[in-house]
Amino acid sequence: MRTRLSIPEFCLVLLVGPTGSGKSTFAAKHFKASEIVSSDACRRIVSDDESDQGATSDAFDLVEFIAEKRLAARRLTVIDATNVKAEDRARFVALAKKYHALPVAFVFFIDAKTCHNRNQSRTNRDFGIHVPRNHLNALKRGFKRMRRSEGIRQLDVFDTPEEMAAIERIERTPLWPDKRYEKGPFDIIGDIHGCAAELETLLRKLGYGVSSEGEEGLRTYSITPPPGRRAIFVGDLVDRGPRTPDVLRLVKSMVEEGHAFCVIGNHENKLIRKLKGKNVKLTHGLGETIEQFAQQLDGFEKEMLPFIDGLISHYVLDEGRLVVAHAGLTEDMHNRASGKVRSFAMYGDTTGEIDEFGLPVRADWAARYRGEAKVVYGHTPTPEAEWVNGTICIDTGCVFGGKLTALRWPELELVDVPAEKVWCEPIKPLEPAEQASDPTSIGLADVLGKRTISLGRGGRVTISEAQAAGALETMSRFAIDPRWLIYLPPTMSPVETSEREGWLERPEEAFEHYRSKGIEAVVCEEKHMGSRAVAVVCKDPGVAAKRFRSTERDGVIYTRTGRPFFSSEVETAVLGRMRDAIDASNVWAELSTDWLCLDMEIMPWSEKAQSLLVDQYAAVASAAEIGLGAAVEALSMAVNWVDGLGGLLDKTQNRLSAAHAFRDAYNQYAWSVDAIDDLRVAPFHILAAENRSFTDQPHSWHMDLAAELAGSGGPMMLVTEWKHVRLDDGAACEDAILWWENLVAKGGEGMVVKPADFVVRGSKGLLQPAVKVRGKEYLRIIYGPDYDAPEHLSRLKRRGLGRKRGLAIREFSLGLEALERFVRHEPLSRVHECVFGVLALETDPVDPRL
Amino acid sequence: MFLKISTTYEPATDLGFLLRKNPANLYRADLSFGEVLLFYSVATRSQCEAVLMLDVDPVRLVRGRMGRSGEALLDHYVNDRPYAASSFLSVAMARSLRDAMAGRAPERSDLAATPIPLQLSVSPLPCRGGAALVEKLFEPLGYTVQTQSYVLDQNHPDWGNSPYLTVTLSGTKRVSEALTHVYVLVPVLDNAKHYWVGEDEVEKLIEKGGEWLHSHPERDLIAKRYLKRRRYARQALELLDERFAPHQDENAEEPETEDLLEQPLGLNQQRYEAVARMLEEKGVRKVCDLGCGEGKLVSRLLQEKHLERIIGIEVSSSELEKADRRLKLERMPPSQRARVDLFRGSLVYDDDRLKGVDAVTLIEVIEHVDPERLGALERVVFHTAAPRLVIVTTPNKEFNVTFENMMPGTLRHWDHRFEWTRNEFEGWSRGVCDRNGYQVDFRVIGDVHEDFGGPTQMAVFSR
Repeated sequence: MRTRLSIPEFCLVLLVGPTGSGKSTFAAKHFKASEIVSSDACRRIVSDDESDQGATSDAFDLVEFIAEKRLAARRLTVIDATNVKAEDRARFVALAKKYHALPVAFVFFIDAKTCHNRNQSRTNRDFGIHVPRNHLNALKRGFKRMRRSEGIRQLDVFDTPEEMAAIERIERTPLWPDKRYEKGPFDIIGDIHGCAAELETLLRKLGYGVSSEGEEGLRTYSITPPPGRRAIFVGDLVDRGPRTPDVLRLVKSMVEEGHAFCVIGNHENKLIRKLKGKNVKLTHGLGETIEQFAQQLDGFEKEMLPFIDGLISHYVLDEGRLVVAHAGLTEDMHNRASGKVRSFAMYGDTTGEIDEFGLPVRADWAARYRGEAKVVYGHTPTPEAEWVNGTICIDTGCVFGGKLTALRWPELELVDVPAEKVWCEPIKPLEPAEQASDPTSIGLADVLGKRTISLGRGGRVTISEAQAAGALETMSRFAIDPRWLIYLPPTMSPVETSEREGWLERPEEAFEHYRSKGIEAVVCEEKHMGSRAVAVVCKDPGVAAKRFRSTERDGVIYTRTGRPFFSSEVETAVLGRMRDAIDASNVWAELSTDWLCLDMEIMPWSEKAQSLLVDQYAAVASAAEIGLGAAVEALSMAVNWVDGLGGLLDKTQNRLSAAHAFRDAYNQYAWSVDAIDDLRVAPFHILAAENRSFTDQPHSWHMDLAAELAGSGGPMMLVTEWKHVRLDDGAACEDAILWWENLVAKGGEGMVVKPADFVVRGSKGLLQPAVKVRGKEYLRIIYGPDYDAPEHLSRLKRRGLGRKRGLAIREFSLGLEALERFVRHEPLSRVHECVFGVLALETDPVDPRL
Repeated sequence: MFLKISTTYEPATDLGFLLRKNPANLYRADLSFGEVLLFYSVATRSQCEAVLMLDVDPVRLVRGRMGRSGEALLDHYVNDRPYAASSFLSVAMARSLRDAMAGRAPERSDLAATPIPLQLSVSPLPCRGGAALVEKLFEPLGYTVQTQSYVLDQNHPDWGNSPYLTVTLSGTKRVSEALTHVYVLVPVLDNAKHYWVGEDEVEKLIEKGGEWLHSHPERDLIAKRYLKRRRYARQALELLDERFAPHQDENAEEPETEDLLEQPLGLNQQRYEAVARMLEEKGVRKVCDLGCGEGKLVSRLLQEKHLERIIGIEVSSSELEKADRRLKLERMPPSQRARVDLFRGSLVYDDDRLKGVDAVTLIEVIEHVDPERLGALERVVFHTAAPRLVIVTTPNKEFNVTFENMMPGTLRHWDHRFEWTRNEFEGWSRGVCDRNGYQVDFRVIGDVHEDFGGPTQMAVFSR
């Protein structure tokens, strides 16, 4: 008797058998309780009574609903119902197909008597023996058909309770595409179409040893990969080109040696049918293949057929991070199996229409792709391999005179060799990937509603529905084009409140904050009083078009809420100045990039906040001066003859002085800008460049590079003062405090204290990326002219920073995630979801004075 | 903030009896938002000058203990409220000068009932509406009005004048009535209240305003600004008419500039009619009004029997709320309710709910989209949703010259990102057609000017 069974690790298991046949007991023994969806349990949920036959229809709706949720999430699911009628099974087989799960059936032919006895011993099952008997009859009637044509892929039959009990273990075998444990590195090679010469050259260029025997067309190969590396072929090895048999021999030998994987292409599929004797038209290059096969030694076809026929639809590799399929694959098909998956993997998504060249019109699956896994595919020849939403087509039309391209994984580096000639005239001109699909598409479902964003570094951030709704309006009506919006900076918390009399904020607490978290060194950066801005600067318009898919502009400067910082003329001029500065420095080459994303401050404050200054700050100063001036005048007269006014006069005079100080404070940050060079731009983070972000670099690196940039620019570019401070060095801390006192005495806003490293994780998660320490006079424009009067200050000191700091951490994580996703060429929607999240969190009410 | 009351009536020191405050003493009282002080800067037989000063505690203001309106104060954490004359002044007056305002002066009851020469000076008075409004409000009450203005910031002459004035009112008045005028009209000039305006304020206004408000030429404006809500203002005016005599009512609402400009043309109505007719002509059954605003078109389309389903999509929460109030979805009978839905959505994000509608309407919407984002709108509507009919209306910029009240170089609404000439609109439309496989027809809405075309242009895209 069998003691073991095996089923696919992801499948839909139907238990089929009469009531009382022991299905539930069997299921409980071999499956997790959560894997089993039982019709009885669902009947109980909807009607409080598991034998209520009137509730059957509702109960099955619920069974189906639960099963659907599980299958959509790629979880093995067991349907525990009698399933003895074909129509009942059909419903679940259709569900399995919808989610590309293999339908598996365990059929229990247990005699009616045994079933009846078992039912007798259970409550709620006091029905006669005719019930299991009818079930058995129904089952027997339909059994032949079930075996043959119901679409059930695996069927195991049990005739006795003993056979059921004998099963000790049901093993779960991974699906064929499942190679998640293969971590690479890989060299993924595009459509070859019989171009053996180019393939040999490409392999050598990739560092593979290629030795061969025999003349071209009859060649056999021995390939030695560089240590640890393996090749992956995206299919379409055959047809059109000059040496299909050589390519097949090469790839086959690599696969058999364990040096390569290969997925099936549509051309292989057609070749298989031809080799199996089907009536297939010898079009699209199949004729050439058949001719070349005819030149081969006897037995060649016989040798090749099993290899080609054994190619599978797609592979999922490197812990699920990489998917390779010939024509691409939507996320809901990854690591699943069905006829539909295979056909999609070979032919891709087509609209069903035929274009003017007689070729199927391709649909836009890549534009809608939202998956985390990168999908590497071929099938559609394009002039250049380009990332679209985390997918890349590496068929660069070698056989049509283009080139043969490989993608190195995980380096994401493209390596190619040109075609030696046009082997085959293309039917239609190659079109760039962008034209074939619109990668800028972002759906409402990508941003709206309650969302949880998983972070690549671990952890997740939750955005509430209300927060998202608030951000939708800002994002839709005021923000710049999402193609450019690759980062938003986090809010920044002030330092812990100083206990020292007369002060609200002091550097000592900032040092203590980080010291207490185990940080050894911090940087202190001068905080400019301007407006926060993020800039993306491209070396030239071509870069903007290629990397940002935008032909409207060649860079951008936006505010911390994603709005355009300047009018377009000023923006162009400022970007020009910044580009000149980068050109003049060595930064393009140093970072081997042709675009940069910078975090910076733009001054004067009045440039962005003019209306706030006039309507709010100047108005307050004016109201205070007028009112208090009149009060001082009246009190000076009254004090001569009314008792007890002396103190009031003094106090009012002090308030008037505070009003003047308030006016002086904001005037520090307001000057008129008549020309571009009256602006000041001070970069302080070099956030990202092609293929990498720099959040792994310490702040000293950022400040040095920012200084290099600013130094090679014109008067508009401003170098930010900064200091590196070891927290265990008392003298250095004293020194930094003095430095801060000098800064603020000269009218500066204050400083920002950051851990020496950009991202620092403590025992309770991420640390504050920065805290600000603001100067006494600057705080006047935040807390009001009289804030430092003792009676006010003592109360202002009672402020809570928790909420602000919580937001700062979550916004920081999302900003980093957005950058990471962008540099990894992830779908634009996945970048956008993060910046949208930052904006959404910013809708939370927080004390704006912090 | 600061209120000075002085008289030259002799003996001037009788003012002390009328205000019920001894000129020799400092009077102080605590209020929820600070302290009120009253003292006399001059008290002689020929002149007496009382000063009411308010020491508003700025920290308490921001701490948000001011009830629901405290939130408004938090918007701008540094604000003029501690300094400017506002509803705080009225509260302080009610507290410290209650008897004087009521005309109660036991020691000088005859004098209290007699008009005497008075000068009242308020500073700094935030005046939304400028010095002219101060005159409009106080001159009909028989005051000579003097206003002093100030430079906003000496360092920045280009920033212009301060919004605050020192206002001096001179007239022969009873102390009680003069105080009451200031009490009512200072918050009106400021056009803000530091507390939540509830229904009880209506009665308060009637009580304080009484007869003078009833016959005041600016009574509508006073009631509206004082009570904040149109409903209360209407209520107050009706009550005034009831208690005194009926009054000719003029316009009650202040329409938006765009409506104001286009009003004589009844353009909105014409647009809706044109859209409704077009939808009927094209046999549309399911329609989505994208950017539906407060749902006026949706509400109009509900009357069209041939429409089975009408969806309104809008990005702004406040507009959606208005639309909800207008349509009263909650109370709609089920068969009607099934025809209509309002959703939050956006013009620049692909939206599955647009799939399956026959038509999308974009009525006076595209001009609110940044030109750079029009590509996204095109993708959402013409590429992804791709209904068989799309109706777009937008202002015709050429027509603007015919609006009398419009400054050259301005647009019809503050949020318009652009306005197009007929050529520009047609150019864009044809581009949309080429890229997305549509055909387009152009129509005019409103009366056509022979040189400048119609006020609104409409494009009907079909495929």
